[in-house]
Amino acid sequence: MPLFPLPLNTLIGTLGTYAVYLVIGFAFGYVLEISGFGNSRKLAAQFYFKELTVLKVMFTAIVVAMVLIFLASAIGLLDYNLVWVNPTYWWPGIVGGLIMGVGFIVGGFCPGTSIVAAATAKIDGIFFLGGVFFGIFLFGETVGLYEPFFNSSYAGRLTLMDWLNLPTGVVVLGVVLMALFMFWGSEQLERIFGQRDLTKEPRTRLYGAGALVLVAVAVLFIGQPTNADKWTRIAPERQAQLDARAVQIHPGELLTLQEDRRLSIRVLDVRDEASFNLFHFTDAEHLPLATLAEEVPALLLAPANTVFVLVSNDEAAATEAWKLLTAEAVPNVYILEGGINYWLYLFDDGIGDYDPALFTAGDDSLRHPFDAALGDRLPAARPNTHSVDLKFEPKVKLELKRGPSGGGCG
Amino acid sequence: MTTATQAAPAKIRRVREPRPYVHPYLGGFLLGLVLFAAFFITGNGLGASGGLNRYVVFIQDLIAPEHVDQTSYLLTMAGGDLNPLDNWVVIMSAGVLLGGIVSGWRNGRIKLETNKGPNITNRTRWGMAFLGGAIMGYGARLARGCTSGQALSGGAVLSAGSWIFMFAVFGGAYALAYTLRRFWN
Repeated sequence: MPLFPLPLNTLIGTLGTYAVYLVIGFAFGYVLEISGFGNSRKLAAQFYFKELTVLKVMFTAIVVAMVLIFLASAIGLLDYNLVWVNPTYWWPGIVGGLIMGVGFIVGGFCPGTSIVAAATAKIDGIFFLGGVFFGIFLFGETVGLYEPFFNSSYAGRLTLMDWLNLPTGVVVLGVVLMALFMFWGSEQLERIFGQRDLTKEPRTRLYGAGALVLVAVAVLFIGQPTNADKWTRIAPERQAQLDARAVQIHPGELLTLQEDRRLSIRVLDVRDEASFNLFHFTDAEHLPLATLAEEVPALLLAPANTVFVLVSNDEAAATEAWKLLTAEAVPNVYILEGGINYWLYLFDDGIGDYDPALFTAGDDSLRHPFDAALGDRLPAARPNTHSVDLKFEPKVKLELKRGPSGGGCG
Repeated sequence: MTTATQAAPAKIRRVREPRPYVHPYLGGFLLGLVLFAAFFITGNGLGASGGLNRYVVFIQDLIAPEHVDQTSYLLTMAGGDLNPLDNWVVIMSAGVLLGGIVSGWRNGRIKLETNKGPNITNRTRWGMAFLGGAIMGYGARLARGCTSGQALSGGAVLSAGSWIFMFAVFGGAYALAYTLRRFWN
């Protein structure tokens, strides 16, 4: 598994982690200040085309960070799935953005820059910051009136790549070219509206632009790692877990976990639709193996106390699914030992017979005859845990969610 | 002993001229490195308004804990025993303040002043700043992020919603810029 992002909490504890965030915040504030973002006139000049500092600084920062992130991901240093991507809520984002734009031109700052302005004793910055506190307070008190809108048009972890259906490298290069075009346009506007002499601009900026394009092209050619690449990288460690049967949990453990109110147990049934219709567990989610990859972004957003249990008829499909999800860095994924066949053998012994040797060697077909598609209308779909005495060795160890738990402004 | 009787020559106090700001592209490049480092090391981007939000909720929780426990939006941050300040973004926003102070001090830019357009009074500017801040704070919570947490961070990791949000912010500001030109020019 790629080394980064680091599991900070495990490595250096809560205090150490907070120290890291303090240093990052310090650098953030420092850079904002030296860029002139503590000065409202400099910020507002953006909207009168005299000085497009805001746009230049913001988009340079975005494209520099972007090419580095996707380069690090391409060469396997950084796991993009462990990077926080702001979930998309279309309409609240658009309406909130428009409101913020109004606040920007009225007040002259945004929340981050007003902190820096206040830090350098700009009185307007201090008033703005006071206003931000008031606005936030007001929001907390009024959002209850329109909560459905606040949570509407949710699209989850939606990236531009998913949305435009383009490979990552193409989007990265496209964004770089768009930004360069915007920089060129900004300089022209500054020349016309701000009487800026462009011949005095440093030539270094052209080399910088060239370097950005080069890195973006490199990202395009290297490409992002596929699921198979990711599995190959983690296989030595993870295949050993499979072989040692460290992640195949006994039906008894699943039933016990389901009674633990501190956990959220999600049973993912990866079988085909016919088998699912014949019999499935109460509360099982039907995510056939063929389409499981599409569900990864949603699974990544699950709360930290979620345990995923994969179910197939035997274990073959569930094991494939386990490899897929583990390679995509979905945490706390387990396989139901023996699958549905073993389950029915245990809890519905009127049907069929079960040979434990078939756990792994089985052909993953449903070996119990059903006269009708019963779905979850069979007592075995939700057995009474107290009526059976099952002995098992607990295997689930909840791992701390590596990487982020929420967004910067979340 | 001779020196003790003489008054030390009054040291001419240099009025420190604020140093100029760095070139926008250089500032942007450095900001990009900070943003990348944040994502690379922690998996999180940068944030500001989320931290401010939690300070507000912290105060609210001190004054009216029952009210916080009954409001679902506040509950997630400060319900029951939850400490709203126990979150990385709170620490980060404190870091932003420190970074701003140190940079302002090193570059001679800490100065009690009001930046405004030439045609309005200080009072008008302060009122507008407060009003704009309130609008901004409200919008930032509705959009689940401010310029740092949504536009910068979400933009760099190519979140679709963050890009649309960014254009909405610029759109909202440009739409009103002409009407408000008197305040800035």
